Amino acid sequence: MAHVAINGGEEAILKSQTLVAEQRRGDVAVPEITLAQIASQLGLAVDRVMSEGSLYDRDLAALALKQAQGDALEAIFLLRAYRTTLPRIAASEPIDTSTMTVRRRVSATFKDVPGGQVLGATYDYTHRLLDFALSETADDAPRADVSAEPLDARMPSALDPLVSDGLIEEEIRSDAEAYDLTREPLCLPAGRDQRLQNLARGDEGFLLGLAYSSARGYGSVHPFVGELRAGEVTIQITPEELGFPIDIADIGVTECQMINQLHADPDDLPRFTRGYGLAFGHCERKTIAMALVDRAMRAAEFGEKVEHPAQNEEFVLSHSDSVEASGFVSHFKLPHYVDFQAETRLLRELRARARSEGEGEPSS
Amino acid sequence: MDAISNSASRTALLEASGVSKSYGARIGCIDVSVTVGAGEVLGVVGESGSGKSTLMKCLSGQIVPDKGAVIYRGNDRKPVDVFSLSEMERRRLRRTDWGFVHQNPLDGLHINVSAGGNVGEALMSRGVRNYGSIRASAQDWLERLEIDPSRVDDRARSFSGGMLQRLQVARNLVAAPRLVFMDEPTGGLDASVQARLLDVLRTLVRELAVAVIIVTHDLAVVRLLADRLIVMHRGRVIEEGLTDQVLDDPHEPYTQLLVSSVLQI
Amino acid sequence: MNRISPSKPVVWTGYNFAYLDEQTKRMVRRALLKALAIPGYQVAFGGREMPLAYGWGTGAIQVTASIIGPRDRLKVIDQGSDDATNAASIRRFFRSVTGVETTASALDATIVQTRHRIPETPLRENQVLVYQVPSPEPLRKIEPRESETRKMHAYAEYGPMLLTLYEDIARYGRVASAYNCPVIVNERYLASPSPIPKFDNPKLSHSPAIQLFGAGREKRIYAIPPYTSVRSLDFEDFPFEPSRPDGRCSLCGSETSYLEEVIMDDVGGRMFVCSDTDYCRRRREGKGEGPVRAARAKA
Repeated sequence: MAHVAINGGEEAILKSQTLVAEQRRGDVAVPEITLAQIASQLGLAVDRVMSEGSLYDRDLAALALKQAQGDALEAIFLLRAYRTTLPRIAASEPIDTSTMTVRRRVSATFKDVPGGQVLGATYDYTHRLLDFALSETADDAPRADVSAEPLDARMPSALDPLVSDGLIEEEIRSDAEAYDLTREPLCLPAGRDQRLQNLARGDEGFLLGLAYSSARGYGSVHPFVGELRAGEVTIQITPEELGFPIDIADIGVTECQMINQLHADPDDLPRFTRGYGLAFGHCERKTIAMALVDRAMRAAEFGEKVEHPAQNEEFVLSHSDSVEASGFVSHFKLPHYVDFQAETRLLRELRARARSEGEGEPSS
Repeated sequence: MDAISNSASRTALLEASGVSKSYGARIGCIDVSVTVGAGEVLGVVGESGSGKSTLMKCLSGQIVPDKGAVIYRGNDRKPVDVFSLSEMERRRLRRTDWGFVHQNPLDGLHINVSAGGNVGEALMSRGVRNYGSIRASAQDWLERLEIDPSRVDDRARSFSGGMLQRLQVARNLVAAPRLVFMDEPTGGLDASVQARLLDVLRTLVRELAVAVIIVTHDLAVVRLLADRLIVMHRGRVIEEGLTDQVLDDPHEPYTQLLVSSVLQI
Repeated sequence: MNRISPSKPVVWTGYNFAYLDEQTKRMVRRALLKALAIPGYQVAFGGREMPLAYGWGTGAIQVTASIIGPRDRLKVIDQGSDDATNAASIRRFFRSVTGVETTASALDATIVQTRHRIPETPLRENQVLVYQVPSPEPLRKIEPRESETRKMHAYAEYGPMLLTLYEDIARYGRVASAYNCPVIVNERYLASPSPIPKFDNPKLSHSPAIQLFGAGREKRIYAIPPYTSVRSLDFEDFPFEPSRPDGRCSLCGSETSYLEEVIMDDVGGRMFVCSDTDYCRRRREGKGEGPVRAARAKA
């Protein structure tokens, strides 16, 4: 019957899902991709899915990417939905990035810093030329040289000298329990803990665009990357029954400490201000963008005029989450027969009314 | 505060005492005490930076002064300290008892809303739920402000600058406030447009017996509208009195300068 | 590891009953109780990510998941139809994670989850209607800031909302919205009825059933307790009119139900059928839906 084109919905869904499964598998002449291949060879994609999926698990992130046919946002969504079902066993101690096992560490503000600049692995200085050699699988894996000397065990923040000279605002330490957006809804106006968690989970593309806008003129950000570091940090928890912290895992993180424009409190000396970014895995673009947007949103705190999107906390925090955004944007393809037809009928009535009025009296 | 609510000024509608506000090293206003009676028009004059805008913001509860108190006596209400009110009470006061006429009419109007909607919103906020009567009141007020009432359904954006300012006044007076704050209401207008607005304002203010605090740098405006005047200079009130008295016989050298510079124009 | 086979809807193992863990359900139930205690007030709740996309009913799914028990019978409709794909998908989700019985009958269901319609069949006590809500804040169109809309609700500052109705009348001679028409619940809070056609608005008021509203993306829950007054926003001289398309259902002949327009061909041929497929089917089968309840129709 024509009028129930949507009927058979349940069966159609099942068939559609089988079709998805078939397309996901692709050409059966090609071997099926393994999670190990994804986890080890598409590592940056895995890092992004873990960060924005708010779950540090390389295998699950690889599974999500496989299931989503490589669609990062779909994979993030899968991981978030799975995360919902996990019990919370403990809250970790804050990580200490000064004890990071550094793989890469650069400062744009000091030529030499205690611990030295560590270029590490970066695409920054690769020429973006398609490497046709990669079209074939190679028998021998490339190996980078290992330095004879280990890196300095101690690698303090490159911003420390500025702190001791009082040239930059102090980091605010707080023992208060951090807001947890995965348990509580966004609450505005938001504290910095809420903002940073929101940004860490926020869509990289959205943050990148906002950060770009804030630095390009739609914001008053004048940033310097004080330090960018990536590597492994140790996660500790303090079980109640023990009363002291124990190591439970090492995780990869990237951290960006941004130095920003001056601010002078009325009764204090002017100082540099900070923006902060941190996310799972290796994701420099994301953390730099995060640090820029974090600083932009602090505009009101420093008495700057809030006039651009990146400075508007409600605007940024309400729209950064890709799971929320993509759900809402794609829901417009759901049927809207009832509201659309009600609207159409109203339109017809309004048109009829306008037409009859036009006929009834000469327009004055 | 007890002293204030005592006999001294039982008829005062708004009474500020010892109001001081500074922004870091920059001074807003210092130790200002001022009273406005019911139905009285008080002019606050001074050059830019004299502290008159800061004072206005303190009096209307928009910023909290560092020192001092502002007491308001509404209808059937006990005197209240404007700053001890909860946000809810303050918002209610702003919705029911007070009006605000901004220098830029766009700050006080919805530009994409009809003239009738702009004027009628205050009535709707007070719970009036009859479209016809809201629209009729709006037309009545447009007429009183010399705006063609047939334009009641036209959007504000189609109005000229002078008309917009009169529309803003209508929007503020429709709900019969007891006190209206006006910040340079004739600011960006041409001389002839200004004159017309002032003329209408003078008639209405007398007719409605509404109290007005009007901040302006333009002495012609206060001469026409204000019963009493305070002159501000560097954050302080340096002279006050009946308008004609102050303008015709200024005591302070600064006021004399102010008056004479106006007379030259 | 077994793959979740798309072709076999089975009860998933390894997940808690109704997907959410019990702690999360308790959190949602607390929000529901608060919402019922303050009719029409939007309660913020710690909404979780669900395995269905935001905007596709995640709020209502969390509400349903938190109240459903093994003996419940669940009905899910979208645009009035049980067989719409999204309704089918949500129903299948609940079958998989609860194993409860599902039904198309509004008479048999204990819980009805809906998107965009209220069933024609009057609901009874002991039934719960759970609405999917895309945008819970009716003031959002006139005030984008959450911090400000919260205050407007707290201080019942609804003048600006009435202003939008005023503007419609000034411009079009009538209120120009046909669905999602805001309501005042219990003479206090302004609320969105979700995008139901205004034809359905009168059914919100004094319903014997419990009405729960879930907005997953915005993480808000609100409720209308049974027998609570719900007034559609209007003016005395322009009273709210719940309109319906003129005509009768081509299938069951109903002259009072809400009709959906079906385009028959590409030369303007169309017919009208009940949007509530369960109601229409029961009328055709002659099962009890005889003279349908009086909806204020133009006849």
